[in-house]
Amino acid sequence: MMCDFLFSLVCTGEIFELKAELNSDKKEKKKEAVKKVIASMTVGKDVSALFPDVVNCMQTDNLELKKLVYLYLMNYAKSQPDMAIMAVNTFVKDCEDPNPLIRALAVRTMGCIRVDKITEYLCEPLRKCLKDEDPYVRKTAAVCVAKLHDINAQLVEDQGFLDTLKDLISDSNPMVVANAVAALSEIAESHPNSNLLDLNPQTINKLLTALNECTEWGQIFILDCLANYTPRDDRESQSICERVTPRLSHANSAVVLSAVKVLMKFMEMLPKDLDYYGTLLKKLAPPLVTLLSAEPELQYVALRNINLIVQRRPEILKHEMKVFFVKYNDPIYVKLEKLDIMIRLASQANIAQVLAELKEYATEVDVDFVRKAVRAIGRCAIKVEQSAERCVSTLLDLIQTKVNYVVQEAIVVIKDIFRKYPNKYESVIATLCENLDSLDEPEARAAMIWIVGEYAERIDNADELLESFLEGFHDESTQVQLQLLTAIVKLFLKKPTETQELVQQVLSLATQDSDNPDLRDRGYIYWRLLSTDPVAAKEVVLAEKPLISEETDLIEPTLLEELICHIGTLASVYHKPPSAFVEGSRGVQHKRLPGSAGSGESVESPDTGSAAGVSEAPPAVIPSQGDLLGDLLNLDLTPPTTTGPPPPASSGMQMGAMDLLGGGLDSLVGFGAPPAAMPASFNVPVSGGLDDLFDLGGGVGMPMGVFNPPKTVWLPAMKAKGLEISGTFVRRAGVIQMEMTLTNKAMSVMTDFAIQFNRNSFGLAPAGPLQVLTPLSPNQSIEAALPLSTVGPVMKMEPLNNLQVAVKNNIDVFYFSCQYPISMLFAEDGKMERQVFLATWKDIPNDNESQFQIKDCHLNSALSRFLCSLEVSTTQLTD
Amino acid sequence: MIGGLFIYNHKGEVLISRVYRDDIGRNAVDAFRVNVIHARQQVRSPVSNIARTSFFHVKRSNIWLAAVTKQNVNATMVFEFLYKMCDVMAAYFGKISEENVKNNFVLIYELLDEILDFGYPQNSETGALKTFITQQGIKSQHHSKEEQSQITSQVTGQIGWRREGIKYRRNELFLDVLESVNLLMSPQGQVLSAHVSGRVVMKSYLSGMPECKFGMNDKIVIDKQGKTGSTEDGAKSGKQSIAIDDCTFHQCVRLSKFDSERSISFIPPDGDYELMRYRTTKDIILPFRVIPLVREVGRTKLEVKVVIKSNFKSSLLAQKIEVRIPTPLNTSGVQLICMKGKAKYKASENAIVWKVKRMAGMKESQISAEIELLPTNDKKKWARPPISMNFEVPFAPSGLKVRYLKVFEPKLNYSDHDVIKWVRYIGRSGIYETRC
Repeated sequence: MMCDFLFSLVCTGEIFELKAELNSDKKEKKKEAVKKVIASMTVGKDVSALFPDVVNCMQTDNLELKKLVYLYLMNYAKSQPDMAIMAVNTFVKDCEDPNPLIRALAVRTMGCIRVDKITEYLCEPLRKCLKDEDPYVRKTAAVCVAKLHDINAQLVEDQGFLDTLKDLISDSNPMVVANAVAALSEIAESHPNSNLLDLNPQTINKLLTALNECTEWGQIFILDCLANYTPRDDRESQSICERVTPRLSHANSAVVLSAVKVLMKFMEMLPKDLDYYGTLLKKLAPPLVTLLSAEPELQYVALRNINLIVQRRPEILKHEMKVFFVKYNDPIYVKLEKLDIMIRLASQANIAQVLAELKEYATEVDVDFVRKAVRAIGRCAIKVEQSAERCVSTLLDLIQTKVNYVVQEAIVVIKDIFRKYPNKYESVIATLCENLDSLDEPEARAAMIWIVGEYAERIDNADELLESFLEGFHDESTQVQLQLLTAIVKLFLKKPTETQELVQQVLSLATQDSDNPDLRDRGYIYWRLLSTDPVAAKEVVLAEKPLISEETDLIEPTLLEELICHIGTLASVYHKPPSAFVEGSRGVQHKRLPGSAGSGESVESPDTGSAAGVSEAPPAVIPSQGDLLGDLLNLDLTPPTTTGPPPPASSGMQMGAMDLLGGGLDSLVGFGAPPAAMPASFNVPVSGGLDDLFDLGGGVGMPMGVFNPPKTVWLPAMKAKGLEISGTFVRRAGVIQMEMTLTNKAMSVMTDFAIQFNRNSFGLAPAGPLQVLTPLSPNQSIEAALPLSTVGPVMKMEPLNNLQVAVKNNIDVFYFSCQYPISMLFAEDGKMERQVFLATWKDIPNDNESQFQIKDCHLNSALSRFLCSLEVSTTQLTD
Repeated sequence: MIGGLFIYNHKGEVLISRVYRDDIGRNAVDAFRVNVIHARQQVRSPVSNIARTSFFHVKRSNIWLAAVTKQNVNATMVFEFLYKMCDVMAAYFGKISEENVKNNFVLIYELLDEILDFGYPQNSETGALKTFITQQGIKSQHHSKEEQSQITSQVTGQIGWRREGIKYRRNELFLDVLESVNLLMSPQGQVLSAHVSGRVVMKSYLSGMPECKFGMNDKIVIDKQGKTGSTEDGAKSGKQSIAIDDCTFHQCVRLSKFDSERSISFIPPDGDYELMRYRTTKDIILPFRVIPLVREVGRTKLEVKVVIKSNFKSSLLAQKIEVRIPTPLNTSGVQLICMKGKAKYKASENAIVWKVKRMAGMKESQISAEIELLPTNDKKKWARPPISMNFEVPFAPSGLKVRYLKVFEPKLNYSDHDVIKWVRYIGRSGIYETRC
């Protein structure tokens, strides 16, 4: 047999030798020579000089030799297009060969030769091969169309190959169908709008039939293609799911994951109360777990995908925590991914087990893994409040090990724990401070500095600690410098007497000696704040920080939805949309999950109402105006049962008309803004008024802040020495206003008006002085609008919305009380991120919660929004 | 789709390079070598993105197989394909080694041309491939017209894994139930996780196109039949049926039928193949229990005692038992006493390896070791890797039992009774670890 000598061709003399051998009369010698040529080609040597000699060997009846020559041709034809033409004749002849294997070989190879002149000759043979009697030739020809399209798309269209390819989807042979689907999907990807893969129920049916019969690879092509289809309704969606689920038992992981992709996508359309929906959820877990017993590389891909699936549908794997426990011999990439998923699945139910595991991992060898395990302990603390204490003590134990990177990692997470549970675990600060000197990573240093600054009043030598960092200020990374600056300013505000020098030092370091604009700017801002208004500085710098959310590093929802559509592919491995790593036009299309069926009614059953209401937000974060209006109109004007496809984009004019109609309606009802303001609100898609109006279309007339109650008399003239005040509360552009009519019914002129509120339930307070400019002459009325804020002192009133007001003028001080509508306090943008909502909800003490059943309630999004905003207010109440 | 496929030796020299797509240049070959093979670090991911090109790699002994692409390919498929490629190569020329790859490079190119077209995997069943891709390369010319069309219909057909017209004088089949039992146990003897991953491997020498039906003591099936009252096999085994968490099948099995009726029916490939894989987590018989006892005596000495207990019928014999007890890196000497078998300290592996050839059920044995340590000033404590164990037992730890395998071949004159069937159960240790 051949040996190493094939791989060790070096000197140029050998080219001549080879040339002689190639032209030898002996077949065997010829073949050996071609093999040598291919071997040199493989290792990257240039053997293109032998082109004519090799091509001469093409005319042979030895199939093996022919294949070798073809291989050579595919490699060098592009660099020698003129000579490549010499081969055309043989190709065309081979395409007519009685042996189907040779016909297929010829058409397969021809498609790989990217020379224009050759592709011209390819058309006729390809056309014949697409209709060949032998399925092997047809399946090869189907792929060849995709090859040709890659070289010359126009040619493929002109020659009508696309139609022939479409016909192959109905071929009797499953493998031909599969290859045709693969080729069409690829071509369709470069023509996003061509509607080439015209998927309709009939073709879907054909594909599903072929799915049962074709090779494992063919099943993958078909499933990946199916995933691009959007079923018309939930029934169709269910029937496709039913036919795809058997694939979950396939031995090939790619078939399984592609089936999971189809199911995850089509599940979106199934009503959640359907029995089948639950069945499907249950069916998904076992195959996903089985993927973890595959080879490590596949495990890695599976875990990256499970990470996405767990974020989208945590219920699928919530009971499978144990399978994600790390094994000692797992490759590091599998370990790290498993750890990620463990944190995602951690809950009160399994936290003890998880913590025990994490503690175990924190003593392993691999530095990255240990770090991640330590970080994971911190994340558990933040996620599961009940475990926080145990987590903190575990972290302290780890700090005691004095292993440098463990300590640093622990400090970084403890900072986060402080932010989640302020004033609870500060007792550990002393231990942290002991390790100050060993910190050498910017992130850990910054975290430590933050802690010192934040709790400066409890650390006796905070100034010394911070000063020690200041010595090498310019060698620190920006992160540390910024943190140090802030921390010292905090310290100064807390202990102004001893630290004046220190703060001056850091400000001058930041502003005068630094080239970093961020640092300089922050320095100047602090400086100015401190020098002009120390009280304001205190309010700004020492403001109460919002709590951090419990789930960190979640994938942004729109991206997550897109990635779910890409399950199994590279995008799901990178957790990036294809456009981030694919060049050119391919993959630029953004895929989206289908909306759920009948979004108005079936999904939002009372018990899921609040959650569903939030998650039903349109998937795109900032929809273009047209889209938004389209969606809204769709929701509003079509009966809720038939949530069809969005109206075609062509009807721009028509849509305009609708808008006007909407606007008219708005002004007719007389809510909020006057008609003249309407066009302006169209330009702002987020404008509250429009949004609300369309949401209201469902029929429930819930006052959403835009309704202004008429003025009532608050202070009769009799009680106030001739001053009559009638008024109302309104909400305009997000600002609460108290609108009053002051009438002078006395005989003398009134001046010097002022107003003050007693403490009240929601902290309402005048945001500015009462603007009554002119002296109020007898029998004159004046309109005054007083903007209100909700930052005033709070005291619970009875009833809750009672407000006690004092009005003063040059005559006397008068007191009255009035009641404001609760709705006035609701923010227009009451929709909250799901996470935020849940976090807020949990923050309300349990005894403040009361439960009651809403029966037979037609809950539409306006109501759910109302519930959301109600939630915000009650939260305020408990503050 | 896959843009190119490269095979490298351990030094990073290219042995095979096949480019399928125009967007993959020759420099991709070097990019992988420089960034992955020659990278100093340990491999951190089997997928790497270098200059907007994605590389997927698997390693077989010291041979690297890498698939390259610039598109958003189905990553799972690429890895499955790479494994399949390894299987196909192994079926043709045995072990995948540098020498074998070099000696068979023409064959490999031929295979790559056939099973990957424009980066799309095609039929890769060795049974079918071997009919027209041979190492001699001569056979293909002597096919008659019928043979040719038979080949193509097999390659593209519904039953791509079996050719027609197979004949045996003796119809025979062998079923192996191979299980690997995995365990992670805490030092206190609490099972942290345990599962069995099993495979049913079949060797079939059957004539014609036989229709087979396979049955086992699957809980769902038994429960269904329980109503009609035919559970004789179950009663004998003591444990009636087992709950299977999940199973996957060779592509010959009709999945839709399994999904609807939970029956496993198929036309088997000829020769060796894996019929199914399954996974169970409930009621696993753990063949061995490992009880570790580690005591640190001062800073320079460790005392380790490990007891193993066999937990199965005393009439059965376990074989190839090996217990691996990790030792600290600063071990200077080890004294060992064991009741049974041979034990050795292997300094290069940082472990004590204790081997016992055979052990009957319901027995126990122990080893004690004194480990002397060199004093170190290494701050970090020894991580105490788990004690792992290997063994082989002649039963299925999951409790799986084959109930029947029926063969029907309506066209030929042999019946189910004429087929000679052999069934064998082997339970092996997978990752069988006890923390200490």
